[in-house]
Amino acid sequence: MRMLFALVALLLLGAARDPILVPEVSQHDIQVRQGFTGTELLLFGAILDPSGTRAGRDYDIVVVLKGPTQPIRLREKQKIAGIWINADSTAFRSAPSFFAVASSRPIGEIVDERTAAIYELGLNWLQLSPIGAIDPEEQARFSSGLVDLRAREGLYSENSKGVEVSEQVLYQARISLPSSVQTGTYTAETFAITKGRVIASATAKVEVRKIGFERFVAVFAQEQSLFYGLLVVAVSVGMGWLAGRLFALV
Amino acid sequence: MDVYLPIANLSVNGLVIIALGAVTGILSGMFGVGGGFLTTPLLIFYGIPPTVAAASAASQVTGASVSGVFAYTKRNGVDYQMGGVMVAGGVLGSGIGALLFNFLESVGQIDTVINILYVVLLGTIGGLMARESIQAIRAAREGAPPPPRKRRHHPIVASLPLRWRFYRSGLYISPLAPLAIGMGVGVLTTLMGVGGGFILVPAMLYILGMSANVVVGTSLFQILFVTMASTMMHSLTTKAVDIVLAVLLLLGSVTGAQIGSQLAGKFQPQKLRFILAAIVLLVALRMAFGLGFRPSEIYSVAPL
Repeated sequence: MRMLFALVALLLLGAARDPILVPEVSQHDIQVRQGFTGTELLLFGAILDPSGTRAGRDYDIVVVLKGPTQPIRLREKQKIAGIWINADSTAFRSAPSFFAVASSRPIGEIVDERTAAIYELGLNWLQLSPIGAIDPEEQARFSSGLVDLRAREGLYSENSKGVEVSEQVLYQARISLPSSVQTGTYTAETFAITKGRVIASATAKVEVRKIGFERFVAVFAQEQSLFYGLLVVAVSVGMGWLAGRLFALV
Repeated sequence: MDVYLPIANLSVNGLVIIALGAVTGILSGMFGVGGGFLTTPLLIFYGIPPTVAAASAASQVTGASVSGVFAYTKRNGVDYQMGGVMVAGGVLGSGIGALLFNFLESVGQIDTVINILYVVLLGTIGGLMARESIQAIRAAREGAPPPPRKRRHHPIVASLPLRWRFYRSGLYISPLAPLAIGMGVGVLTTLMGVGGGFILVPAMLYILGMSANVVVGTSLFQILFVTMASTMMHSLTTKAVDIVLAVLLLLGSVTGAQIGSQLAGKFQPQKLRFILAAIVLLVALRMAFGLGFRPSEIYSVAPL
């Protein structure tokens, strides 16, 4: 681990003469309000020489958008006595609620496995921090189960043609967020990579939050649960009564 | 029409949810059941998290049973004394149900338990109902008078201590029996998001031996209050009641219930019972299928 760290430090020191990355995100504030069906985030920017001219050499761009992490328990169903029930489970301390990687070429062609693992480039390299001792094989099975589940929910994705680089200066990537995204602070990391080496990186933050009525309901249900429950009951009784009244008139 | 559900944390097609409420509402108006046994599985099937589905479906049953209770009150069809005892049991039961729900959720078996409960309960009740309605239809076709039903309560009920007189139900029995029945149904209400009418009505007829003209009204009375209690339990414990989802379901179900009760007059009651039995069996079969076959999702995530 210390070796790796030293290596990274060395790489960063060596990057003094390397190009600068100027990243931007189309929306820094995603508002979840009524009618929210998800959104598309455009991550774009430019890569420049320290002197301000274009970097003028081939490089690859990898963009990683990561949602707030949560501690979770992942359960696995198995067929026991003829029915499918939850049997095995494992706990992860930091499972990202959203994770999308976009790159200009397949990750495997851009960097080696070690670099990919250090920078979490790709769904295979998620750092989930398992809680408790579990054997590597089992851990691999569980993490691929999680990745598969969330990929089909649109929460995890990996797109090896997701970044377009034009004129060796400008890049852009589109990442779509489904309506079921968690609220919180998202980080968008951009890496410029040449010859398997990260030469520049930059981070931007994106805030996803509920506003207006949606925020009010979420806070109300959480903090004033007694009154919230009474409200729901009153609404149900009121609507049932009203419908009875209206139909009696017809 | 996209509607974002603030507690379920996802957006759904509002019209689909309203239509779903309408279908269960029509059923509840036609058959006098709450329709919760259909709502919860359909919501889960549509992609709503199971906890939110079970917690929000109960409020729809509340709405659908309100007008029924009013209608039966006018006809003197509610035994308030009996209803009160059952509601007391039901509220107690929904509290126990909430504890059970939390426990099962923490060990990760809530979905399986809900599914098994559905298969066993709906399968049994549906089968009994189907047999009974087929016999009734056959009897009606042959022109024979329906067999006279003996009204008497179960021997166990008679052996319970402490007897009360329930005038409207025509009973002199221990209140412990309706209390226990109410409690059992209360547990199911919180666990499954159902009103429990499909269990209450047969239990009141065959276990307590109540007089038939107050059975439906009294069961609606109990369902009304116990679903209210269950909504409260869920908002206090699981905090999974989604008011937007509830309102959408209610929109469909309260109108559906009115349409259904008008439709009900146009069919023969034994045929209605047969249709209901078929629907109940279908849901049970679908659930059993889900338990036995490899599910599409092997993994599930629970927050720690």
